[in-house]
Amino acid sequence: MENGVKINLISQQKLNEFTSSDRIKFILDQVRNGTVLVLEKGLTPVEEIHLIEQTMSEIDQDTFIGVEIERYTDDIKTNWLNRILRRTGRTSRMTVIGPAHLLKTIHKDNKVIQAMILTKKAVVGEV
Amino acid sequence: MGFLEKIKRLSLKKFLKRFFGKAHLKIGIYGPPNAGKTTLANRILNDWTGEAMGPVSEIPHETRRARLRSNVKIQADGTSLSLDVIDTPGIATKIDFHNFVENYGMDEEDGRRRAKEATEGVIEAIRWLDNVDGVLLVMDTAEDPFTQVNITILGNLEARKLPVLIVANKIDLPEASPATIKSAFPQHPIIPVSALAGYNIDGLYRAMVKHFR
Repeated sequence: MENGVKINLISQQKLNEFTSSDRIKFILDQVRNGTVLVLEKGLTPVEEIHLIEQTMSEIDQDTFIGVEIERYTDDIKTNWLNRILRRTGRTSRMTVIGPAHLLKTIHKDNKVIQAMILTKKAVVGEV
Repeated sequence: MGFLEKIKRLSLKKFLKRFFGKAHLKIGIYGPPNAGKTTLANRILNDWTGEAMGPVSEIPHETRRARLRSNVKIQADGTSLSLDVIDTPGIATKIDFHNFVENYGMDEEDGRRRAKEATEGVIEAIRWLDNVDGVLLVMDTAEDPFTQVNITILGNLEARKLPVLIVANKIDLPEASPATIKSAFPQHPIIPVSALAGYNIDGLYRAMVKHFR
């Protein structure tokens, strides 16, 4: 196989095949193997915090220092209807996640995520 | 206890809390590393108990175990609030010992130990989320607030319906921009402070009494 960083674009349909804990395991297994994932629809905040927790328990300073993760957020406007329905949460959108030694976020706001894949010759991309 | 009985008791507890306030609250101080969580905890404790929570350092992950201080009574606007304050380790998605060695002059053994303890600290901080009644989420006004850690913590607090005050810290720095935090998270109350210099700490206490009670 040629040298390079593998990037997998994962559909929402694929992620929906898993239970919540299996979804986290599926993502972390791929990232640990050096793959950068672009998820069509990201994890819920509760799943994300469990992913961070699981990541911390798997960190090995010689092989895996953690993950770089960024996702768009979809703000819900705080209007009277949302106040009544207590809808102040955010819904997940596209997410990019990869091993922290390979993926570095350069810039992020709600419209643009700019990341760099760290190879000998870095590649900058926007999603 | 039967299921219906549990529901009744939970509802009664919620009802009483809503109308009379909870007698004793566990407030977690959360945020990314180096946002000033322990400096804020020290400021709160010093103001109301004359004690300190723990040491602070410019090296990230100085706090690697959660610290709890019980029965901290704060007062503002004629109202008092009794708190257990939990200073939690900074939450991060990655921890690399090279950062401590190359940027802060630590030797490799110390760097590796600090990294290992820091990973355990992040796990402990996350687990404390199940046991707090409200959160002071500390952000550094001199840094970009749009980090995934901030967004993930806020998302969890929203999902758990936990009250949160965003403490926009370090407003004493020339590059501080609390307005950026306000524009990033407009749906949450934001209190600009300097925990180190003491700027607007009274404003924070007023907000805590109003928001957490």
